[in-house]
Amino acid sequence: MAGLGFACLVLALVVCVYGIAASLYGVRSGRVEFSESGRRSVYALALVLTAAMAVLEVAFLRNDFAFNTVADTSSRTTPSFYRAAAVWSSQEGSLLLWAWLMSLWSSLALFLTRKRLRDVAAYATAIMLGFGGFFVSLMVFYANPFATTHPAPPEGAGLDPLLRFPTMMIHPPMLYSGYTLCTIPLAFGMGALLARRVDADWIKAIRRFAFAAWLFLGAGILLGARWSYSELGWGGYWGWDAVENASLMPWLTGTAFLHSLMIQEKRGMLKVWNVSLVLATGTLAIMGTFLVRSGILNSIHAFGGQTLGVPFVVLIAVLIAGSIYLVVSRREMLRSEHRLDSLVSRESMFLLNNLVLVGLCFVIFWGTYFPLISEALTGQEASVGPPWFNRYTVPLALILVLLSGIAPVIAWRRATLANFRRNFTAPIVCALLALVALLAAGIPEKPLALTMFCLAAFVLGSVGQEFYRGARARRAMAGEPLALAVLALVRRNRRRYGGYIVHVGIAVLFVGVAASSSFQHASELALSPGQSTRVGAYQIRYVRSTATITPKYDEAHTGSTLSLGALLDVTKNGRHVATLDPSEGFYASGEASQGSVGSLIGGQPVSHVAMDAGFTRDVWTAIQPDIEAPALQRIVKIGNSTLPPADAIVAIVALAHAYVTHPPQAQFHFIVSPLILWIWLGGAIVVGGALIAIWPAPSVVRRRVAVRSRARAVRGLARV
Amino acid sequence: MLALVGLVVLVVGAPLRRARRGDGSRLGASSPSQPAAGVERSSRREHDALQAARAELEAAREAKYREIRDTELDYRTGKLSRDDYQAIDADLRAEALTILDRLERLSSTDA
Repeated sequence: MAGLGFACLVLALVVCVYGIAASLYGVRSGRVEFSESGRRSVYALALVLTAAMAVLEVAFLRNDFAFNTVADTSSRTTPSFYRAAAVWSSQEGSLLLWAWLMSLWSSLALFLTRKRLRDVAAYATAIMLGFGGFFVSLMVFYANPFATTHPAPPEGAGLDPLLRFPTMMIHPPMLYSGYTLCTIPLAFGMGALLARRVDADWIKAIRRFAFAAWLFLGAGILLGARWSYSELGWGGYWGWDAVENASLMPWLTGTAFLHSLMIQEKRGMLKVWNVSLVLATGTLAIMGTFLVRSGILNSIHAFGGQTLGVPFVVLIAVLIAGSIYLVVSRREMLRSEHRLDSLVSRESMFLLNNLVLVGLCFVIFWGTYFPLISEALTGQEASVGPPWFNRYTVPLALILVLLSGIAPVIAWRRATLANFRRNFTAPIVCALLALVALLAAGIPEKPLALTMFCLAAFVLGSVGQEFYRGARARRAMAGEPLALAVLALVRRNRRRYGGYIVHVGIAVLFVGVAASSSFQHASELALSPGQSTRVGAYQIRYVRSTATITPKYDEAHTGSTLSLGALLDVTKNGRHVATLDPSEGFYASGEASQGSVGSLIGGQPVSHVAMDAGFTRDVWTAIQPDIEAPALQRIVKIGNSTLPPADAIVAIVALAHAYVTHPPQAQFHFIVSPLILWIWLGGAIVVGGALIAIWPAPSVVRRRVAVRSRARAVRGLARV
Repeated sequence: MLALVGLVVLVVGAPLRRARRGDGSRLGASSPSQPAAGVERSSRREHDALQAARAELEAAREAKYREIRDTELDYRTGKLSRDDYQAIDADLRAEALTILDRLERLSSTDA
């Protein structure tokens, strides 16, 4: 089976090489059959990599520990869902996932454009196959997912306990879909420059893929933040970790691109800017992939051990040099067709928004890569932490939210002062009302957070006004009831109103971020059973200690040998709010040197947080039991010296019993964070809005609209 | 594995086989000479250029229709004054007609 998998990789490499040659020959010689053959090579690549993926999945599901990746990341006790997803928890498996997803998305893009952009698509095919060939080469020559060991070990090491969380398993496919989708606009962008066709047809072809990349990348980032908050024991959702930043940067430039693309579509402007953005987004996506695999990071996200840094640096250098060459050499054809009509226009707001987004990206880029480069050059560890990032990103985020409220109420091309005043009254009133209400409610004065809340109210006011006025106009024309008018309005103007909903989602998300960052109450202290503490408005009492032993009680499939925790009673003003049970899992280390009992619990402990999530606040708790307490360690020592490995579980049972009957003090971490749920809610609204914006109108409706529009276009001129 | 290789060859080679069959039937009908294939490629290139121009104009037309609708919506939701709306709308409709005229000329050329 391993041989079959590796043969698939070799075949994939051959297909990539052939496809590149055929596409380039076809487009240069005008021999369409070769361009077509090149395009079909992408389909063939998807087919072959699907076979390779299937081989690896079967190996995981069948517990074939002859495969090194299976032995390193799975075990017989790993639940089936995690076993199936463990394929991409290793460097090798994740490379295969990357290549496979890229081949699928590339196939879709080329299928949807098979009747258009022939010359552009041929170049894009060669570039996409170039990426495919690069990743397949990495697997063939550096990191083979089908490498085997004989004889096969009887059991695997099991999945990293930190990854035994549903969102953590979906997070990589979503994120990789985002990264790989970013390469599609990049490929078509380079193809358009090579074919000298940066026009309306090119925009139409790549817009949906750019949007899909943005959507998947954003969802992947949010899922990662959710995992960080719910699973890791630090209680935060964003730490400005280098790998987190690496995924955020292409998302920011992708956001800028989606906005400025509208200006190019309408006014034929910003061609250089747009092409540069699309190339930058794709390159940043590759750089993000590089960071995780280069070995230069010691991060929870990084694949340790193997370094694939050099090939990635070469690829990134080629991408950057190629992009610069193409943009500079084609600058004549990228001249703007029009100028800005007015500084007070939606185009100007989009331009400003672009500058802010790119500015944000630059700040994050500097903060992420400068320490790495500095350390590489000087040998001294350098770091840039959250305070540095927050100092520069928070003001930019405030401006971004402001612009997202201004743009919907300002017209394309130009806005008159009278209309400007009329359109901004309601949103400004909303912002002021929010400020008055917050101050009256006794919300502590934190200027930045209060500013964000008011700006969010401004956004909600401006978008709400847009929906109301649009529905009112629709009702005046069609006489529909209000609800139907809103539905019809959104259906006929999906891009506009889908975009408005995205803006609302972003505002809600930022409210959650501002509130949870600025008004959080946290406490770290040691408690014994019966003791309590106050965190914000909540009283938390440590009722009793708890202990569970696998496999019998491991309902959460954590895989831990022993889990020690606590039962906590949370009250507010004397009323019971929640009962929480945080715990810490102790895993087998497989290190015989730790003794028969010690090796069962000597692995890296993992915190299992407990929280009560609500619309207005989350109460979050984590525990660090003192397993080093003398009484417990005495049991471990006695077990190590008297029990063989087969009977060591007896000592674990004794440990659990001792922890429950005579628990030592435990270290607790409590956090009460307002409006954390708004972050996930905002994210869901963003996804909903994006789906509305990206959804194509049915073809019948499109034809009807096109015919009606043509007739009206002619009638309108006849009227004038 | 052999089946997979065979499938890949079938999928990837289909356009080449189609082209060879097409060239073969043409060569069988006329004289077996390369210029016939060259002329075929040249006319195919012209056809592709026409198709590309049509696709570009159709995309531009759709974008222009969308702009007309957006402008009307901007006016009806109070973002544009009547005078501004009429001026912009007239410009956009004129641009749309230019695109439509070019599309019609292209269609008659193609015909």
